[in-house]
Amino acid sequence: MDALDLARWQFGITTVYHFILVPLTIGLTPLVALMQTFWYRTGKEHWLKLTKFFGKLLIINFALGVATGIVQEFQFGMNWSEYSRMVGDVFGAPLAIEALAAFFLESVFLGLWIFGWNRIPKGLHLAAIWCAAIGVNLSAYWILVANSFMQHPVGAEFNPDTGRAELVNFAALITNPTAVSAFMHVITAAFLTAGTFVTGIAIWWMVRSVRKGDHAQALTVWRPALLFGLVTVIASGLAVGGTGHHQAQLMFEQQPMKMASAEALCETTAGAPFSILTIGRLGSNNCGDTTPILELPGVTSFLATNTFTAELPGVLDLQEEKTELYADQFGTDVEYVPNLMVTYWSFRLMIGFAGFSAALALALLWYLRKDKVLGMPWLATLGLIAIPAPFLANSFGWIFTEMGRQPWVVHPNPASPVDFVYMLTQDGVSTVVSPGTVLASMIGFTLLYGALGVVWYLLMARYTREGVDNRANQMPPSATGAELPMSFVY
Amino acid sequence: MELSTLWFILIAVLWIGYLVLEGFDFGVGMLLKYLPRDEQERRVALNTIGPHWDGNEVWLLTAGGATFAAFPEWYATMFSGMYIALFLILVMLILRISALEWRPKVSDLAWRNRWDAIHVVSAWVPAVLWGVAFANLVQGMRIEVVERDGTVVPPDAVADALGTASHQLTGGFFSLLTPYTLLGGVVTASLFLTSGAIFLALKTDGDLRHRAARLAATLSPISLAATAVFALWGQVAFARSALAWLPLLVAALCLAAVVVTTRQRREGWSFVLNSVAIAAAVAWIFMALYPYVMPSSIDEAYSLTLAQASSTPYTLRVMTIVALTIVPVVIAYQAYTYWIFRRRLTTKQIPAEPAGLELSELR
Repeated sequence: MDALDLARWQFGITTVYHFILVPLTIGLTPLVALMQTFWYRTGKEHWLKLTKFFGKLLIINFALGVATGIVQEFQFGMNWSEYSRMVGDVFGAPLAIEALAAFFLESVFLGLWIFGWNRIPKGLHLAAIWCAAIGVNLSAYWILVANSFMQHPVGAEFNPDTGRAELVNFAALITNPTAVSAFMHVITAAFLTAGTFVTGIAIWWMVRSVRKGDHAQALTVWRPALLFGLVTVIASGLAVGGTGHHQAQLMFEQQPMKMASAEALCETTAGAPFSILTIGRLGSNNCGDTTPILELPGVTSFLATNTFTAELPGVLDLQEEKTELYADQFGTDVEYVPNLMVTYWSFRLMIGFAGFSAALALALLWYLRKDKVLGMPWLATLGLIAIPAPFLANSFGWIFTEMGRQPWVVHPNPASPVDFVYMLTQDGVSTVVSPGTVLASMIGFTLLYGALGVVWYLLMARYTREGVDNRANQMPPSATGAELPMSFVY
Repeated sequence: MELSTLWFILIAVLWIGYLVLEGFDFGVGMLLKYLPRDEQERRVALNTIGPHWDGNEVWLLTAGGATFAAFPEWYATMFSGMYIALFLILVMLILRISALEWRPKVSDLAWRNRWDAIHVVSAWVPAVLWGVAFANLVQGMRIEVVERDGTVVPPDAVADALGTASHQLTGGFFSLLTPYTLLGGVVTASLFLTSGAIFLALKTDGDLRHRAARLAATLSPISLAATAVFALWGQVAFARSALAWLPLLVAALCLAAVVVTTRQRREGWSFVLNSVAIAAAVAWIFMALYPYVMPSSIDEAYSLTLAQASSTPYTLRVMTIVALTIVPVVIAYQAYTYWIFRRRLTTKQIPAEPAGLELSELR
């Protein structure tokens, strides 16, 4: 492997890892804030218990999300210095604003929230978690503004004298329709993730309480948590579907190659089907070699255009078109088709895993209808199995959208495909960093992330198993004898 | 004033914010195994920085992001050229956050000791490496102007070549380690150590406070001496501006005053003066650099200037509006959290029961 492949692998590994943690933080922080709001408004004890229980899990998760996020801010310069030079005038601004307007908010106020129990007035304490919740959601918007510039550059011009992209319209940059659409999809997916997390844990604990004979806890604590989680899953599940459909239409306009690659559609087709299963040598990007087994007719066309009969261009025609368009600059042997096996399967796995989590919610609603609490062990198991599903859907979604953009690091805007801002990934990589150095740092990050991932999982599992009535969620007894002990988190 | 100069100053301000604030976080971490005598005292020490370390660290992310936005060439050249040093810093920052946040989650002694050991290492290494990195900026690095195909542009042809060629730090990691830059590492490490000791003396009470104050009095002459040698050497050998004498003198006077105030146990003043000294030292580094952002030690013509590295005036204008609106708000609410958690902590307030759950159930 050369430095380019290694740098891509490193970016993929560190980013997918980071984004396992991030959606849970984005979704769970507002959910915990809501739980605390319910407690603040009603004074009901179970909402306080749930706030502390899920708050602990949030903090464990937040720590690793913050830690792995620092790498993201620096690795553009480290591994992608030529990309950074080319787009820094445009791309740097949303990153800087993300830190200023969002990271400060979430970090300072989460610190205030964690250490502020019993120390600051209740209303202020509640405001702190809401500020943190706003901060994490704002950060998603700014980073998606940056990413959307790579998907669909707007608000900038190419300066041939310097060879750089230059920002000319900040308002256009931050209202990029790609960013707005991606934000809606990512945020609803984050709520689906956090909702499934709450639902899975609540049903597991409800069954556990019932089987331990603690009906009271199952009824007064876990049933409200379960209903809260279910409402979140169903609302966000529907919204994920809707926003995904909107994003697909935008993608079809802006990146038709990515849309065709999602279906591995080789030939231009009217009424393109959505295949559920395909066998053959997709990985070879060899179009003659695949056999779709099960197809839903017209569905890919519908996803892309809202009509079942629309004509979708296939990757072969698109390859021909791009080769001609960029022959002067890049020659005629550039492969403009992304890795079809990756795009085809990641697209399906994204939809499949998200659907799994929504299906679980519907099943649970069905059972909750007749019973006030549930004690079937298989439901507890199902709840736990469901938790990773949206996490996987998130990862596959990003793998699809980033791999589907290849070979571009900045995809050309179709409104102006040749005299505007675009860049091939191979031209963005740092030139002074040797393959050995990238390999060493990639191994270093992978081992470190792997080890920390094990600790993260153990702590999350341990604190989940501890439940709401144990020491983990109670204030420590005051050592000074004061009525309200200060909370010592460390 | 030109906007690029304003942004040069703003970047300096962001680094000052980072190094002053995370300086004492690092200092507390560097001392964690040595100054606190037992678990109770260690918990007191960790709780003094507990509510603040994360907000403090965001100054680094903002400095990084702002450098990217305002000086893309600086960001690209520095971060790719200092790759291994940055990689080490990143690994350490990740480990330190994990040690801070996950240590108290399990009430097992071995678990805590292991995280504390990691915490100490992950505070020392970046404390030294930041100094090495900044000293490199002052001293100059193995920077050349290189075409995409790898050919080095001759020094007299740089001006015409920059449309296609770019500044690259081609020396690699070991070219960054010289006697001067290693001294820079000693400077930041000693400044942060002193800062950590002063902070602990300011924020705790009882025996720990007295030992911290004693240690601060012992450390402050060391950081004064290291900083004085480093800055004088740099000013004489490398600085591009005589104006840089000004912050140098401020830093020296403040550090000398810290030697006195730490002896007199005036913790508040020590903290303020030490922070001003760190700020003045960073200001000295930036003034010694100006008008370059990355001077070359190979040929002056290869040095990356402020003008070459800068974003377009439009981007700088947008970013100026954003920064001048948001930064004061950030400073206000961050300062407010310091006010809320202003009380001194003592071992008497720490409950006897350890925080966290038992390890035996961790499966």
